[in-house]
Amino acid sequence: MTHRPALTARQAGLLSCHICGQLARPPATGGHALRCPRCNAPLHLRKPASLATTWALVLAAAILFVPANLLPMMTTASLLGTQHDTIMSGVIFLWQSGSWPLAAVVFFASVMVPLLKIMALVYLAASAQRRSRRQPLQRTRLYRLVEFVGRWSMLDIYVITILVALVQFQGLATIQAGPAAVAFGAVVVLTMFAAMSFDPRLIWDPIADASPSEPPHD
Amino acid sequence: MLAPDAHPLLPADLIACHECDLLQREPALAPGETARCARCGALLARNPPDSIDRSLALACTAAVLYLIANLYPLVGLEMQGRRVEVTLAGALHILWHDGMGPVAALVGVTALLFPVLELLMILAVLVPLRLGRASPRLAPFFRLVRSVQPWGMVEVFLLGMLVSLVKLSHLATVILGTAFWAMAALIVVLTLAGRAFDPRLIWQTPEQASTPAPTATP
Repeated sequence: MTHRPALTARQAGLLSCHICGQLARPPATGGHALRCPRCNAPLHLRKPASLATTWALVLAAAILFVPANLLPMMTTASLLGTQHDTIMSGVIFLWQSGSWPLAAVVFFASVMVPLLKIMALVYLAASAQRRSRRQPLQRTRLYRLVEFVGRWSMLDIYVITILVALVQFQGLATIQAGPAAVAFGAVVVLTMFAAMSFDPRLIWDPIADASPSEPPHD
Repeated sequence: MLAPDAHPLLPADLIACHECDLLQREPALAPGETARCARCGALLARNPPDSIDRSLALACTAAVLYLIANLYPLVGLEMQGRRVEVTLAGALHILWHDGMGPVAALVGVTALLFPVLELLMILAVLVPLRLGRASPRLAPFFRLVRSVQPWGMVEVFLLGMLVSLVKLSHLATVILGTAFWAMAALIVVLTLAGRAFDPRLIWQTPEQASTPAPTATP
């Protein structure tokens, strides 16, 4: 971390637009429902209710992660009978059929990424709430990683889509999506929303408040 | 509704990092250069060389590929003389009528709708700029597209197709359709178009393009 005197927009009494990045000074009279002068998006100092929203979404995702893993993801009906597959049994099937790189990809995208993502968001939200000043750069990097890999958990949803659409050989074999698909889709969407509602600037605010660098500008 | 002024005393090149809120000056960027936050390393601005022409060319290519990817069958299966082929829309249709409405909707927006919205945004900004006219005032549309950008997941969809085909390859002969290759090319072209596109163009009129200082609008 650099030790140059750092002034944040908040300390300078400026708001930056979440959408277009335009800096603006709120009117001295205060007021609500501020709009960006450039793109007209609602202006906030920080994403509104960032931590509460993140907590709520992460909690909902953690709860849904259980049925997503325990309920069947797909049901295969063939001449050999009916088979229910969960996410894990799908991974094991891929592993045993010899395509272990794909098994690893699916395991990583469908099990590890959602799990680690929920844990990372809990850690980020908890440390921001405690106004921790430790490792801000590492936590910002963790946040970027969470944002970047989140989309890849959608993999299993797409796999199901194609399988269900292709395997419609009436009398020979049909595949149907199971209830875990809905739960799993919800986990992916909820964790993505949770990552978006978390404001990474909350990681840095306690540091700006602690450094006696420059007085608030007004 | 109060509109804050984009402060007349603020230097035009002053920006706040969107991840850590540090105030800093945006350096004048040579073509191809990027600016990163001095404290947290977040990407602040890019100056893609020849942005308008290159991203316009790539966006037009992507539009053609998008049409092919959606009109032709993606993948097919051949099993005991029977042949099944699906398009993306066909797959969504089957999933929807299988009682998986939420999953079909999720796949539809992430693989079909949001990629085309992003493409439309690039074209809506670039075509008027290329013709030397001011971009139309489409601020609400741009705001919408900026917020749906993380949800376009064509590349994850392609990997999902590959995984499902590997799962099926022991059961039937797998056919890769025209749309599959179009979609693979679309991912490359969309990524390049995104790289070539300078998001700052959205908020600039042709007059501002030479003097990038955004001024207050009522």
